Amino acid sequence: MSLFDKFQPIIDIRAGLEKAGIMPFGAVTEKLLSPTEGIVNGQRVILAGTNNYLGLTFEPECIQAAQQALAEQGTGTTGSRMANGTFAGHVALEQELAAFFAKQHCVVFSTGYAATMGMGSTLAGPGDVIVLDADSHASIYDGVRLGGAEVVRFKHNDAADLEKRLRRLGERTANTLIIVEGIYSMLGDQAPLADIAEVKNKYGGLLLVDEAHSLGMLGDHGRGVAEAAGVEDAVDFTVGTFSKSLGAIGGYCVSNHAELEAIRFAIRAYIFTASPSPSVIASTRVALRLMQERPELRTRLWDNAQRLYDGLKDLGFQVSPQVSPVVAVTISDRDQAIAWWNQLLHRGAYVNLVMPPASPTTDSLLRCSVSAAHSSEQIDRIIDAFASLEPDSTRAAN
Amino acid sequence: MPDYNEFLQRTFEILKPYAKQGVILNKHSELVTELGLTSLQVMELIEQLEDHFDMSIPLNILPDIRTVHDLATQLEKLGH
Repeated sequence: MSLFDKFQPIIDIRAGLEKAGIMPFGAVTEKLLSPTEGIVNGQRVILAGTNNYLGLTFEPECIQAAQQALAEQGTGTTGSRMANGTFAGHVALEQELAAFFAKQHCVVFSTGYAATMGMGSTLAGPGDVIVLDADSHASIYDGVRLGGAEVVRFKHNDAADLEKRLRRLGERTANTLIIVEGIYSMLGDQAPLADIAEVKNKYGGLLLVDEAHSLGMLGDHGRGVAEAAGVEDAVDFTVGTFSKSLGAIGGYCVSNHAELEAIRFAIRAYIFTASPSPSVIASTRVALRLMQERPELRTRLWDNAQRLYDGLKDLGFQVSPQVSPVVAVTISDRDQAIAWWNQLLHRGAYVNLVMPPASPTTDSLLRCSVSAAHSSEQIDRIIDAFASLEPDSTRAAN
Repeated sequence: MPDYNEFLQRTFEILKPYAKQGVILNKHSELVTELGLTSLQVMELIEQLEDHFDMSIPLNILPDIRTVHDLATQLEKLGH
């Protein structure tokens, strides 16, 4: 027995992939040619697995703002938000995010992971209860485990199952935190937030929604699934990330609860890490403004999502349950998924390979994410790459 | 509230279809290493027990559970 024994399954998978000359995990993007094209593992590809939903990573105004911040404020803050790491830009971004979400309070974190992990680990502690969707992101699971609250899962996207679990808690719902996501990252399906809000309003507790994959995509203002469902008032805390639609890195939490201003100083993931670099904050602020000024990006994103979804569905692939900027193809055979991921790369399409336990079931996924910056022709080329996958018989079996 | 034996019996019934062929279930059977349950299957087991006994089973008990006996013991504790 050694400390390393538990890593043997990962060691075996890595060795197998290396032998086959396939490197899906930690694939190296050697060069970016545009927001939607690059050289990955030596192959020129269309980037169809980047979460760059609005395609803002090369936006000249964002780059200019980041360059100016670099020149004026340096490469990093070299400290925590609680000490020397709060610059005027961090405060301004918090105010701008609060205004965008029409909420009173906002906390900016260094990553999206830190935002969800930090809120999940701090809001509910020993003696409290967390009821979360079974398919919640790892950052949520990590956070709630750290916090020490009792954790109960409910069936994915099943408001009736949530109700059953809240009912069982009885009076304990008063100190219960319900956690769901807006759009789920792996399959792209949306939470039934209207139903979930109704259950929450009936039984009590607080509701936290992770809109990491829905910011800028849904609702009249692009605030996410809660806005689209008309239930923003029922959401106590909204968390999200700058690393997808806003094309940078960082996270946030917005809320109307005044306590958030005090809670921030109890969040270890906020206190004990350096704050985001000034250049990151600067580009994020511009991206947040551009997202609001250019609703056409959202229209183009959904047009592209529909085109890819329809194309893959028409080819006979088992796609996600609903159209979204995440279009995932489910493949039951892991080795087939690995082989197809490699074939796609060599046929000009980079997608994400997702295997259990990262996928929500025992199946593997070829997960595509669509960008507003993709042209229709690029979407068609992605579909063509899928159409060329071999063998055809396996496609029919899925 | 059900007692230890009721939790034990129900767990045996739920586990029957999950257990690897040829493995005889007893209270010392280990869920993961012996019966071969995946983490997803452990979650399904917990859900089925919750629904059958109409009770709330927090995931926090899982690190203390290796065997069917451990599970029944923890469930009995939750009831008190």
